[in-house]
Amino acid sequence: MKKILIAGIAALISAAAFAQVGAPYIHDPSTIMESNGKYFTFGTGTNGLMSEDGWNWHSGAIRPHSGAAPDAIKIGDRYLVGFSSTGGGLGGGHAGNILTMWNDTLDPSDPRFKYTDPIVVAESNVDEDCDAIDIGLFLDPVTGRLFCTFGTYFGEIRQCELDPKTGARLEGTKDIPVAIDCEASDMIYNDGWYYLLGTHGTCCDGTNSTYNIVCGRSRNVNGPFLDEVGRDMYRGGGKMVVAAEQRRVGAGHFGREIIDKGVEKASFHWEADFDLSGRSTLAIRPLVWKNGWPVAAELLEDGIYSIISERRGYALELSVDFVRLNGGMRGFFMRQDEAVVSVEDQKLEDVIGGWPEGNIEVRAMDNMFRPNQKWEIKAVPEAGGYLGGPYCKIVISGTNRALAATADKEIVTVPEFTGAPEQLWRIEMLTDGTYRIMPKEVPGCDEELVLISIADTKPTLGKYDFNNVNCKWNLKSLKY
Amino acid sequence: MTKFNKLCACAIALCGAFSAFAQAPAGAPGAPGAPGRPAGAPQMQQRPRQAEVIPGRTPVSPKLEDYFTPVTAEAATPDQDGFIRRWLLLEPIAKPNRSNTVFVDSYIREAFAKQYFKGQLATDKLPKDGQKEKVEVDVTPQAMGFPMPGQEPQKVEPKFEKRTLKWHALDSKRFNVKLFRFASGLQTDVYGVIFWAVTVIDCPEEIQNVRLSVGSNAGSQWWVNGEDVLLLSNDRRMVADDAMSNRLTLKKGRNYIWGAVINGPGMSDMCVRFVDEQGKPVTNFTVNTK
Repeated sequence: MKKILIAGIAALISAAAFAQVGAPYIHDPSTIMESNGKYFTFGTGTNGLMSEDGWNWHSGAIRPHSGAAPDAIKIGDRYLVGFSSTGGGLGGGHAGNILTMWNDTLDPSDPRFKYTDPIVVAESNVDEDCDAIDIGLFLDPVTGRLFCTFGTYFGEIRQCELDPKTGARLEGTKDIPVAIDCEASDMIYNDGWYYLLGTHGTCCDGTNSTYNIVCGRSRNVNGPFLDEVGRDMYRGGGKMVVAAEQRRVGAGHFGREIIDKGVEKASFHWEADFDLSGRSTLAIRPLVWKNGWPVAAELLEDGIYSIISERRGYALELSVDFVRLNGGMRGFFMRQDEAVVSVEDQKLEDVIGGWPEGNIEVRAMDNMFRPNQKWEIKAVPEAGGYLGGPYCKIVISGTNRALAATADKEIVTVPEFTGAPEQLWRIEMLTDGTYRIMPKEVPGCDEELVLISIADTKPTLGKYDFNNVNCKWNLKSLKY
Repeated sequence: MTKFNKLCACAIALCGAFSAFAQAPAGAPGAPGAPGRPAGAPQMQQRPRQAEVIPGRTPVSPKLEDYFTPVTAEAATPDQDGFIRRWLLLEPIAKPNRSNTVFVDSYIREAFAKQYFKGQLATDKLPKDGQKEKVEVDVTPQAMGFPMPGQEPQKVEPKFEKRTLKWHALDSKRFNVKLFRFASGLQTDVYGVIFWAVTVIDCPEEIQNVRLSVGSNAGSQWWVNGEDVLLLSNDRRMVADDAMSNRLTLKKGRNYIWGAVINGPGMSDMCVRFVDEQGKPVTNFTVNTK
């Protein structure tokens, strides 16, 4: 039994780079909400998952009344939770109800934790072209109006307006059909566009599920929502947001979490995670906006990278001597019939003897993929994480020399990685595909600082500003 | 929600954890991957059930005329987007399937290779509106759910019977021909069915380099003037311009377009048009069912 347990833990750790850790098992997750510094998501059936750090998930979220495919939204200081009840007439009945209820907190340990009685805000009879399940809640940031979308493959996805004060259906409003042939709809807003997201494909078929999330957009909150080729979602259109990735299939039930300006996450479920027994699991991925369309990017893999400044395109490196490769210029005028040979990379052992033994300063210089510029980025499972990612160490490849934040808000490398919080890094893809690199802690400092380029060759720590190119970095994967 | 293999809410059905607000889950088929679905579970619902009515909500009770009108004497034209709305539709042929995941290429080709009625795929005459066909239909009982790992699939003896089915010449009110509502409007089988459709497009001149564009729920196969030009396999949803044929030529005069759509549990429909080299709709023809 002990061996089995150890093997199980090892399997979880090896999968850590790609999946939320702990017991992230859920189906049809709601948009992730933060409450009392903890994270919560609800699924089909009763209750849901919670996490103290956004990376390690376990059961503990409480949602009464069971029902299908819930969603949640924070309005003011309160949380509105929607869910649906249905006859479950899979192939038969389609009578359904969409319900909403409030809670002042989602944290069950908070004395204020108490749901209001649910109220019906939308419904469908068995005989109409709609299944009133799969609620998606959307608060229009432009107007403050509250909408919900609902429906499945059976007929239409419909939109109705709710009162943001009560969560009840706005009196006198009618359902507006906005899409067909999808389910698990949700709406988001970005840069003057309203986006409708829906899930296509085959659900609930484990490793054979083809579930995938698509979207259309409109300047009008009520649609029509067109995809990138101008096809209305009411005609089945949709641009892909996320489908399968290697060893994970069946992306469904989108939720968007905005962490900071330019830092967004897409949450959804995998129908099957091949590394987690093929079970349905919670997925959190960076949300990138590419040419005005949302795309869920993949998580950063453990590996060796050049860390390139967005400001100048210089590579982060140890401040040590540039060691020339032998041979100088190779004559382009040499005879063309000579055999082509491969020139070897500079090796760590060729240069490490010339490096100081203590702390070494860090700078940015021309990217020459030299050993002092090759950084191994690796998740540190025991260090925990943040919403959607684990804390990582950043060390010079082939060594244990670690990038660290200092008490004077600079960066340096220390000879040995110790796991200290100033040596742990939160590396998040931004919405433009670049990265924000943030130490878990800066010694003696309460500020949240990130790695910035204060000059072309001078990296330091400073405040994050998505609109400032100095705060952004690119990671170029190196084979070795 | 009819496509139980596509249904998020299936999870709730799987665990039986229905809301206190829910209607009773009478006879709900299982979903793919359904854990613990016992062998010998209820058979798939073949006909519309009694309406479950939400108290206080007026039943919609869709009728055939909400989606279709009988064809008129005048020849029809495609709509402004080129979608062909005039079709002869044969009442659905029962072909029970508990899941749409079985619709791989070979399954569909085999299912449609069967001769169901005389004149199938004919390119010289159309069935008449109201014409009856004596068709052998599959009435094999379908067990619900999928076997669990290590569990043997339930063996069921195939069972067939003859049924009389009728052709209906109809104009769709929508760009997509709602086959599900055609079936439900006639109070016949809605799930686990094959729909046959045929129409004639009459071209004043030969039109070269066009493509047949189809979306269908679920799988389908299409023939133009007797030539097999397009197959939509697997668990499909109806998406406009989901699939297209290779370039083909519509001849001057009558061109016979045949299609067959197969579905298990699901809201069957189809949308069909021709597009040109630029993907623009082709509209310079008339559509006839005579």
